[in-house]
Amino acid sequence: MAPSKEELERRRIVGVELERVSNVTSTDFPGHYPGEDHSWNLNDFKKKFKIDIHKANDLDYEFDLIGVDASVANAFRRILISEVPTLAIETVFVHNNTSIVQDEVLAQRLGLVPLRGDKKGFQQLRWRKKSSDEPAAEATDFNTVVMTLKVACTRNHATPATETDPHKLYFNSSVYARDIKFAPQGRQSSWFSGAGEIRPVNPDILLAKLRPGQEIDLEIHCVLGIGQDHAKFSPVATASYRLLPSIKIKQPITGKDAEKFVNCFPKGVAEVRKDKAGENTAVVVNPRKDTVSREVLRHDEFKGKVELGRIRDHFIFSIESTGMYNSDELFLQAVQILKKKCTDFQEKLMES
Amino acid sequence: MAVTESAKSSHHHHSAQDEAFAKLLEPIYQGKKLTDPITTAKDKWALLPAFLKVKGLVKQHLDSFNYFCDVELKQIIKANEMVVSEVDPNFFLRYVDIRVGLPERQDSDSDADITPNECRLRDMTYAAPVFVDIQYVRGKAVIARNGVCIGRLPIMLRSNKCVLTNKSEQDMALLKECPLDPGGYFIINGTEKVILVQEQLSKNRIIVEADTKKQIVQASVTSSTHERKSNTYVLSKKGAIYLRHNSVSEDIPIVLVLKALGIQSDHEILLMVAGTDSVYQDTFSVNFEECSKLGVFTQQQALDYFGARVRTSRKILTTRKSYAHEALEALATIVLAHVSVKNLNFRPKALYIAVMTRRILMAMANPQLVDDRDYVGNKRLELAGQLLSLLFEDLFKRFNGELKMNIDKILKKPNRTEEFDAFNILAGHGHTITQGMNRAISTGNWSLKRFKMERAGVTHVLSRLSYISALGMMTRISSQFEKTRKVSGPRALQPSQFGMLCPSDTPEGEACGLVKNLALMTHITTDDDEEHVRRLAMVLGAEDVLAISGQELYAPGAYIIFMNGTPFGITRYPARFLTRFRKMRRMGKISEFVSIFINHHQSGVHIATDGGRICRPLIIVENKKSKVTPRHIKSLKAGKSTFEDFLKKGLVEYVDVNEENDAHIAIYEHEISASTTHLEIEPFTILGAVAGLIPFPHHNQSPRNTYQCAMGKQAIGAIAYNQFLRIDTLLYLMVYPQQPMVKTRTIELIKYDKLPAGQNAIVAVMSYSGYDIEDALVLNKSSVDRGFGRCQVLRKYVTTLKKHPNQTMDRIGDRKSDEDGNPIKKHRIIEGDGLAAVGERVEQGESYILKQVPTHTANNPAEDPQNRLGDYKDAAMNYKLADPAYIDKVMISCSESEQTIIKVLTRQTRRPELGDKFSSRHGQKGVCGIIVQQEDMPFNDFGTCPDIIMNPHGFPSRMTVGKMIELLAGKAGVLNGNLQYGTAFGGSKVQDMSEILISYGFNYSGKDFVTSGITGESLQAYIFFGPIYYQKLKHMVQDKMHSRARGPRAVLTRQPTEGRSRDGGLRLGEMERDCLIAYGASQLLLERLMLSSDVHEIDLCEKCGLMGYSSWCTTCESSKFVTRMKIPYAAKLLLQELLSMNVLARIVLEDEFPNKL
Repeated sequence: MAPSKEELERRRIVGVELERVSNVTSTDFPGHYPGEDHSWNLNDFKKKFKIDIHKANDLDYEFDLIGVDASVANAFRRILISEVPTLAIETVFVHNNTSIVQDEVLAQRLGLVPLRGDKKGFQQLRWRKKSSDEPAAEATDFNTVVMTLKVACTRNHATPATETDPHKLYFNSSVYARDIKFAPQGRQSSWFSGAGEIRPVNPDILLAKLRPGQEIDLEIHCVLGIGQDHAKFSPVATASYRLLPSIKIKQPITGKDAEKFVNCFPKGVAEVRKDKAGENTAVVVNPRKDTVSREVLRHDEFKGKVELGRIRDHFIFSIESTGMYNSDELFLQAVQILKKKCTDFQEKLMES
Repeated sequence: MAVTESAKSSHHHHSAQDEAFAKLLEPIYQGKKLTDPITTAKDKWALLPAFLKVKGLVKQHLDSFNYFCDVELKQIIKANEMVVSEVDPNFFLRYVDIRVGLPERQDSDSDADITPNECRLRDMTYAAPVFVDIQYVRGKAVIARNGVCIGRLPIMLRSNKCVLTNKSEQDMALLKECPLDPGGYFIINGTEKVILVQEQLSKNRIIVEADTKKQIVQASVTSSTHERKSNTYVLSKKGAIYLRHNSVSEDIPIVLVLKALGIQSDHEILLMVAGTDSVYQDTFSVNFEECSKLGVFTQQQALDYFGARVRTSRKILTTRKSYAHEALEALATIVLAHVSVKNLNFRPKALYIAVMTRRILMAMANPQLVDDRDYVGNKRLELAGQLLSLLFEDLFKRFNGELKMNIDKILKKPNRTEEFDAFNILAGHGHTITQGMNRAISTGNWSLKRFKMERAGVTHVLSRLSYISALGMMTRISSQFEKTRKVSGPRALQPSQFGMLCPSDTPEGEACGLVKNLALMTHITTDDDEEHVRRLAMVLGAEDVLAISGQELYAPGAYIIFMNGTPFGITRYPARFLTRFRKMRRMGKISEFVSIFINHHQSGVHIATDGGRICRPLIIVENKKSKVTPRHIKSLKAGKSTFEDFLKKGLVEYVDVNEENDAHIAIYEHEISASTTHLEIEPFTILGAVAGLIPFPHHNQSPRNTYQCAMGKQAIGAIAYNQFLRIDTLLYLMVYPQQPMVKTRTIELIKYDKLPAGQNAIVAVMSYSGYDIEDALVLNKSSVDRGFGRCQVLRKYVTTLKKHPNQTMDRIGDRKSDEDGNPIKKHRIIEGDGLAAVGERVEQGESYILKQVPTHTANNPAEDPQNRLGDYKDAAMNYKLADPAYIDKVMISCSESEQTIIKVLTRQTRRPELGDKFSSRHGQKGVCGIIVQQEDMPFNDFGTCPDIIMNPHGFPSRMTVGKMIELLAGKAGVLNGNLQYGTAFGGSKVQDMSEILISYGFNYSGKDFVTSGITGESLQAYIFFGPIYYQKLKHMVQDKMHSRARGPRAVLTRQPTEGRSRDGGLRLGEMERDCLIAYGASQLLLERLMLSSDVHEIDLCEKCGLMGYSSWCTTCESSKFVTRMKIPYAAKLLLQELLSMNVLARIVLEDEFPNKL
């Protein structure tokens, strides 16, 4: 016995009530509803599954992921944050550091600088075992990228005596990420050449400030790592999703209330339109723009007239890359990793 | 060119505070333009920065020290100006003048100005020479010498003798000093010492108390003059009134005392004491009987009686004076010493005693007319200057005594080879004062011979844990009360503390309520000239009290005018007198700190000019109008007038606690009524500097604010601008401190926003994982990776290279190398100079200073037969902590005593870990319970993950509503891109905050729709989500964690050592033992208490019950009955110790289960 269309629709909605969220968990799994078959079916999935891309910049990517369970969407999110490998500064050899920033602090700051370079080149790189594992893997051109940072501050004698701006008064009074220079080892010069040279994504990150006589001289080793290990390896500023809001007007809201209703939402969510009788009535135009502030539930005049909810399997996914990969590539990588995990798991299952 | 020149010079004239104040003068100050309409109602708080600009936060200390240097020193010299010889009557040495120079260095190789930071680093004393001008007899001529140094006086930082006065921020930077440092402390041998403000009962004032149980009413006075301190009591016993004094062996009937003071007529006595009031007269009349029973009717008889009972401390050698003589002397100089007797005119003293007696009569008639010891108006605060002045006078007297002794010694010689010059003796004599001052300040022991005063713990090391802890220490007031006594009175919050002492900032536990803190806008007075005020009072119509009979004195409508507690005048128009007096004060005819108030119960007008009173400025209200108008505020904001100008114009005035009682103070302008006399400047000034950090404290349960006051001082943050130039024993610094999103006015005023201690964490108030019970916090690992809560611990290790008596010296050795020529592991980080290299990582056991000391240091060659003068042994300094650190700095210098001093600073950078303590600004502390991966953290629709998850159970019982409002205001501020205010009794309004949230598409309540990071499903509840300022506290697991399986034992008892620092055992204490006994786990007990502790095998002789050895009993001379057994070593020790004092204890053994089996 198949459920009615209304019933199916009801099950798709996570209820947004005044003080609580209801029907949080999905129920479309086998055995939950007696007499209904909810076993996974590729054809059904193909029919329901949909991806709509809404925004696609290099660093900012937003798309709708429709027709999957929360666990799947969450798996992508989690993999994006913590399991897509990136290159980051791991070891800093301090030859000299007379700046005010202490060695450990400087190293930590350097670690958080996102790097970029030829994406094909990155495919050549391999993991490097941690030095705490015995025996420690030796640094090779396959697993370690070497960079240098050598800056010394000097006085600019050409400036007038009244000058107070340190940028004009001194050379190199500020050390920026752009001062980190790639020192290719072995075959790296061919992998990362020209525009594909390894360099910080954002050249203007301030690392330290210097004054005449102070200098920083470092050798920097970068390795591949994952976000689980340290946040610096995370390829995303954040990856997250939200459910598509749904706003249902159960009884017509008219007149002044309509105005108020529209103002309860961000711009573009609802509008006042003339209905057939020529009266001003509130209609929902674009629930996607709603931020789920629940403002409408606060007002007594809308009690019982409006029902808020979110669509359980409609994820508005957003990925903000830190710059090593483009956001869309990252999602594909996340899919690859999940796929790999599944096949690995399958293999292990088969073995036993 | 000329333009730039003038610009430069005008820039130079800015004082240090001016620059901070300059912000006020900028066109836009805190969102307010100069051209904006100014209403006094809203903007009168601008007076506060103006006040602090003039006064600063520690002005009390500075004022008091300046007063000591500029005024009190001169008075002391005046009082002790002559040194005469007992040998040569013609000789004298007179001190003419005294002054304190500028701080200067003692090592002469450089004449650069000495800086406080140099003193800190080189373990020197920041002191300035004290110069005197003298006149003395040399031969037959009187010689004058100016500028003779008699010693060195430690200088209070930022006082007018300090090199830091009136320095701009740039100058301060050159001196390596922090412009935000409040000063007010001393540097003695490199350590910063604060003389805490001491709270005492006021001196020279009558305090009437009643003991209802014993039916005693007593009026007591603590007289204090430069010479002596003594207590005088007038008390009623069984209806009769007596005088009691330490120097009199028994209580003297009051009538007798008055007769001894020359008031012989009973009628006159009655009038002086009771006036014409028949009730008082009846109560008093018994006392005449008492006196006549003793047969005393005349002054002579009274003096004889009194004199016979005076305790004489003088030696028997001196000729005994007559009783009457002795009585006169005692009455003139010892009893009520502060009422001076001139030309044997005892009238003032008699009147004083009469007034005391009258107060007793009043209290007997109406038990409510007693005084409250805890009333703040009856308290005086003793500051650094006063304490130093006591000390200096004592030392100066000793100095003069020694001088006199040495002069006498030389003058005694019959024929001298050269002309005697007292200057030589004076000049080579400076140690008494220098060392006396240094020792007292560095140990905190104030021992004054004159007053038989022995006070310990007067000074404290300035706590540099955080900026706030240093600041909090400068405003702290310690009470003389015993901490152990369980009395509630002195600890309770006094209503008269309002506006003077902070109601929140007090420690918990034993010192609760006894240690207090000054409120933000307080001033502590220094002594003012009495004579000038007295003359003014006379001009205003006061009549001389000495010319008036008792009848007129207590006539209805007549008010006695008291000057610092002593009656000196009388007025019949007190109200008129009062208003005129105040008018004169507002006109600036007398010091603004002179207070006057009226006491209708006692029919007295009290004028106070003495030092140590707490007072605070208030806006004057006349004719229902605040005298401060928008025009004034405008000129203040434009920098055209200062707080001083407001005082001079009579717009604001200082009001002390007593005068506050005469005032009717409106808190807000709209509350002004016909009877209002004053207007509060800002209500939040009732809080102190430390409590002022709390946002929305008026929404919190009050103990929470008190807890925060204690915790704010433990927060790790920035300490001072010169924090990296300091080498402190222990310094905690935060790597990325932030100013709070929700500020208060106080935060801006004390510049906490420039030296903050904490970070704005995004907090989700929800339950998560169960590792957050009991206030534990859940931390986001990625936040920690990115630098949240990261802090540094800097530790100092210091050594000196000493010179020994036999001309040998400590030295720095060379690093040792192994066969390959590489330095040995222990000396890995040592460089060629024998010191650790800066930047190296130092691990447990590694050396950082390769110090060596000579094997023989004694000057006696007999002790060194082999003459190994050149031999040295290693005394290297090794790093002892388990956690490695980095060498941050190595300093080599020499101390004042020309010894080489080496300081090594190590640095650890720590990321937060499980068990580290955090706290918000609302007394809500918690330890980190778990650190969670970012992907497991819940996130809101914008993808924001919290930095901290806090359990909601922290809220209901604590009632810290302020914290919720902080979150709301912080969230609104983040969205709006500005900072919000949480000032007490003001700040951002919740409604406004909610509106901001709504306008940015958030829920009005601050609760977000949140998705679980673990399941990916929405959470069933909306989560309270937003920024809260969190402090990392200094308690970190790394410094505390400890465990031991086996380890060192104490030598004497062979039991495991105690404490983490000695790798000690974990004690199974008495209570734990009780549990095991009750449970009956006897084998476990045996193991814990003996086997795992100090088990010892002994050879015991069963026959004699004594211990032997090697299976041999020395007593029985046999091995027949010797058995081995295990007992605790401590028990064996006890038996042997008993033996050593001739107590023989025998051990008798017995089978517990005889003949079984």
